[in-house]
Amino acid sequence: MTTLSFPIIRRPMHPTGVWSWITTIDHKRIGILYGVTAFALFILGGIEALLIRTQLIGPDRDFVSAEVFNQLFTMHGTTMIFLAIMPLGAAFFNFVIPLQIGARDVAFPRLNAFSYWTFLAGAIILNASWFLGGAPNAGWFGYAPITGQAFNPGHGIDFWIIGLQVLGIASLAAAFNFIVTIINMRAPGMTWMRLPLFTWMTFITAILLVLAFPVITVALIELMFDRKFGTNFFFTPAGGNPVLWQHLFWVFGHPEVYILILPAMGIVSEVLPTFSKKPLFGYPTVVLAGALIGFMGWMVWSHHMFTVGLGPIANSVFTITTMAIAVPTGIKIFNWLGTIWKGSLDFRTPMLFALGFIVLFTIGGISGVMHSMASSDAQQQDTYFIIAHIHYVLFSGAIMAIMAGIYYWFPKFSGRMYDERMGKMHFVLMFIGQNLAFFPMHFYGLDGMPRRIYTYDADMGWTALNALSTSGAYLIAFSFFIFIFNMVKSWRKGEKAANDPWDGRTLEWSIPSPPPEHNFDEIPTVHDRDDWWARKRGGVKHGVPVSGGSGEGHAIHMPQPSFWPIVVSIGLLVGAFGLIYNVAVAGIGGGIAMVGIYAWAFEPVNEPDEKQPAHH
Amino acid sequence: MAQVTAASHGEHEATTTGLNHRKMLMWAFLGSDCMFFGSLIATYLVYKGKSKAGPFPEDVFSIPVTSVSTFVLLMSSMSMVLAYAALTRGNMKAFRIWLASTVIMGATFLAFQTFEFYEFANHEVVVECNDPDAADWTDLQAKVGSACGSFVAGEETEVTIGEYTVKVFEEDGHAVAETTAGLTPRTNLFGTTFFTLTGFHGAHVTLGVIWLLSLFFFSFRKGGVTPKRNLDVDLAALYWHFVDVVWIVIFTVVYLFGVFQGF
Amino acid sequence: MTGRFPSQCRKIRPSFGRRLRNIEMSKFRHRSLHLLGVLLTGLLFTLLAACSKANPQSTFDTLGPVSRNQATILYVIAGVGTFVFILVFGILAYTVIRYRRRSPDDPDPPQIHGNDKLEVAWTIAPAIVLIAVAVPTLQGIFYAANPPTEARLTVEATGHQWWFEFKYPELGVVTANEMHIPEDEAVIVELRSVDVNHSFWVPKLAGKVDMIPNNENRLWLQADESGMYYGQCAEFCGESHAKMRFRVVVEPRAEFDAWVARQQAAAAVPGDPLAKEGHDLFMSNQARCFACHTIAGTQKARGTVGPNLTHFASRQHLAAGNLENTQENLRMWLEDPDAVKPGNLMSRDAAVYNGQGEPLTEPQISALVAFLRSLE
Repeated sequence: MTTLSFPIIRRPMHPTGVWSWITTIDHKRIGILYGVTAFALFILGGIEALLIRTQLIGPDRDFVSAEVFNQLFTMHGTTMIFLAIMPLGAAFFNFVIPLQIGARDVAFPRLNAFSYWTFLAGAIILNASWFLGGAPNAGWFGYAPITGQAFNPGHGIDFWIIGLQVLGIASLAAAFNFIVTIINMRAPGMTWMRLPLFTWMTFITAILLVLAFPVITVALIELMFDRKFGTNFFFTPAGGNPVLWQHLFWVFGHPEVYILILPAMGIVSEVLPTFSKKPLFGYPTVVLAGALIGFMGWMVWSHHMFTVGLGPIANSVFTITTMAIAVPTGIKIFNWLGTIWKGSLDFRTPMLFALGFIVLFTIGGISGVMHSMASSDAQQQDTYFIIAHIHYVLFSGAIMAIMAGIYYWFPKFSGRMYDERMGKMHFVLMFIGQNLAFFPMHFYGLDGMPRRIYTYDADMGWTALNALSTSGAYLIAFSFFIFIFNMVKSWRKGEKAANDPWDGRTLEWSIPSPPPEHNFDEIPTVHDRDDWWARKRGGVKHGVPVSGGSGEGHAIHMPQPSFWPIVVSIGLLVGAFGLIYNVAVAGIGGGIAMVGIYAWAFEPVNEPDEKQPAHH
Repeated sequence: MAQVTAASHGEHEATTTGLNHRKMLMWAFLGSDCMFFGSLIATYLVYKGKSKAGPFPEDVFSIPVTSVSTFVLLMSSMSMVLAYAALTRGNMKAFRIWLASTVIMGATFLAFQTFEFYEFANHEVVVECNDPDAADWTDLQAKVGSACGSFVAGEETEVTIGEYTVKVFEEDGHAVAETTAGLTPRTNLFGTTFFTLTGFHGAHVTLGVIWLLSLFFFSFRKGGVTPKRNLDVDLAALYWHFVDVVWIVIFTVVYLFGVFQGF
Repeated sequence: MTGRFPSQCRKIRPSFGRRLRNIEMSKFRHRSLHLLGVLLTGLLFTLLAACSKANPQSTFDTLGPVSRNQATILYVIAGVGTFVFILVFGILAYTVIRYRRRSPDDPDPPQIHGNDKLEVAWTIAPAIVLIAVAVPTLQGIFYAANPPTEARLTVEATGHQWWFEFKYPELGVVTANEMHIPEDEAVIVELRSVDVNHSFWVPKLAGKVDMIPNNENRLWLQADESGMYYGQCAEFCGESHAKMRFRVVVEPRAEFDAWVARQQAAAAVPGDPLAKEGHDLFMSNQARCFACHTIAGTQKARGTVGPNLTHFASRQHLAAGNLENTQENLRMWLEDPDAVKPGNLMSRDAAVYNGQGEPLTEPQISALVAFLRSLE
């Protein structure tokens, strides 16, 4: 039979070194790429935060100029949301999900590689703006019309638009992939009600992504057309309505908040049972609550717009829907408490982060309910009270949970143990630091300090608390030095990790650390929720794993490395710069991408005439 | 070997649900694309009737012309169904004929759209000054017609009315007023939202035409498209039908609602 | 300005701190948790000290019915929230201490998968609490939407990058950055914007409402006491968003009427020679101040891009509430407006500042200062 390859570049069959990473389509390696890149960008966003906090340590400071300050907070928000928390979540999806559902890879391994490289392209585009005339400066939600050509003639906003579009492509591709993977690649017996919680939350997240991202894509296209072609979407002299931008942005933006927090909740729901040696309390309720949060997340977007003047009736409706969303969130918190109740609690670092998450996320949830109430929100909207809330849910919430996840799965992806003492030090310092930094924000917010101001007067009475916040920010930064040191040192020469160092409950702990390229020698057959735990504890019928298809003796066909994903991503990168500077270059980028897509389409997942070694 | 190839194209691999990966991906993508068009249509509706200056939908739309192109696009969907049916029956010749006809009808739709865009951008308004149906004139026609007062027999005069320059002259013994009232994406909110929405739909159709054309040529290659390996065609067909359905919505919401005030 | 209401801020927080400390004393054994508790309590006391009604934009210092209603709702939900937090934290702290693993050989705990009754309970209980707090909230939303009594005064507030314009359409008064209103009367403020989104916010009087181009918004407010109230733009509006401030001057009705009468008059004609020189410079094609600023009573100065300066000297602040209206500050502003409000239109577009024309000389600035300060 003729092979259908498209021979422009020879397929890399057994690449080594850097090429093996560039052409990899192994979900575990892609997960690590995602994690390392996103963490580097998280540090970048953190540095931006430190610069912001340094400016605000006292009144009337000119550490940075007004313009630079505006760029800093815009990029801090954009970076943390789109370049740090989302891809850190993606790192876990990639690494953990196939292992948890008993699969050898994701459904579309090359698409997965494409997601990563495209995410990297988006990150490059956004941050290139710093060196090409100034970063975007209109805030992470870029309210029209200040993003229009008339008020923002530089290229900063163009970088923001194009960068987010490219990131959107990456996120959508990843979301499609994970939806199909989770629906279609579960091991035999892995029914929906046996699915690990993290996988469940990822599934809901992916659905939210698929439905929410097109909305911001359209908003960004409209803005781009306004800037590039002089259309009138947000051009107020022709009747364009800035409120339309706000609606489109938040119809995306609110599900986006859950896109950020649901995976975090999933991680916590894995860590707590493991270190309590108890199953998750009320598994069906927790799943249902997650799904409800995802569903109701579509009905609350206008609570970001209580001061826009939508009228008392709209504000009342959105007040009620928003308050209602506190119910499923509360269910989750109480079920987590139920999980640790009467458990055998082991305070390893991941557990500390998970417990810290519960405490601090509760604070964020409560302040969330506070400004779900449109009338009192009028005093909180656009003040530091909101900043306190968003940091309690996204830093003390999402990032804490992500830290729990990193420590939790560190033995699995590195094959080594991290240093427990340094881990605990990191937790304590970060816990104190974030409360120092964010808790006072509630108070100076209610004392009338608006967000996004680059300076304030001494007589406003905000000085002491701002100084406190800044010291907290430095403490957080310091705690991350410990974290980085710990990670680097442990990855290089930490103690070798056993397959199952935590006495885990889910399938990823049943295989070696780090897992072999093909993950499972035999695709397991699942008989239980927390199947691995049940097998270890000798449940009735869990003795012998039943072969689920290609098992011992048969060749395991792992998909082979490919150049084409990165070629398409490079095409998008070139095309993106072309859209900003020169249409001809955009054409070249589009051409590269088209060649890549065709070559990809004609390239089989496995080269048929290449015998693969079954095991490494 | 054959087995490996089949698996590599994902047609016979064991999946949890028994549904094919790629087909599921396609459905997820179409769900996402629904939100994309939903947002564009929502934008169009938010700005419907909010344009500060003409031309307005009733000034430029020609329902008969667009009905024809709509009909062609719908027929292309039927042709696509026949192509896929022929393929699964193993009738490659019929498959190619129907696929080609789908491509041609898709291209015809695009040609109509190009013509329409050009026509809108260079839209001319001509009114007869003694039109007995002047009562039914649109605002724009009335505006142009108001220039008739400066008609001088045997001469061509130019009058500026608002943003338009109207020529008044004699044709076949009748006084006629004429102006160019082009609609571009910059003209007003209607132009902005109309061209963006229908333009993106056109881009989808273009992509579909390229895809189907690729399949058409690929089908001449040995083993490229076979009755057993019909998934590639199945997916393209799904996409094609989706794009058609979106057009039905656009045709209704934009064209019909735009011209017939009863809606 | 001393408030008539005892500081809620002082009243609530210490009890919260005390409760937290009680939990800490009885339950915390673990050393690091103990340390944490002490730190948290310390933090709360620091916050207490800093949270003061004296702060000019404190939302705790409610001096009008709208802000008072909004603060009351905040206190209700803050109370409920504190209770919820103590509940969650208490259960967590108890569990953490009581059920910690004492030795690696501890037997597996009972494998409890859930409890339907409990789960239903903690679904319904929060829902009931939320419904209870929703009632005052919704009342508050409608309360803030319309004044309970007919408002006698309507002010049209327009946001500009980066200053506020206040028009009194019924009174024929136009001013900038200082809105005068009478004491104890409901006032309707209509909110507009000529460029980007802004937000009108006087924390002590009422929650904010945005000023958005092509959208007509309004709010109402009422002040209990005479005094000077701080306001600030709360929606990010560009480079000098932080400097977009204003004041609300509340005065008894008689004084307000007198102010209106003064503002309705045409601008004073400069008598002093230096001021006269400043006037001529203002109207000259070198400075071109007249192109953007209005001085009522003159033929030439009709510009509306910049603030109306007819009674500039009667205002207590200049440059959008950033500087006190003194001779030195005015000089500083005229010498380099960009240093006070970076990116402002005057330093960007006026030829005397953007380098495209001849810059103002020291004596010219002195003349302009004298002229502007003569505009009582």
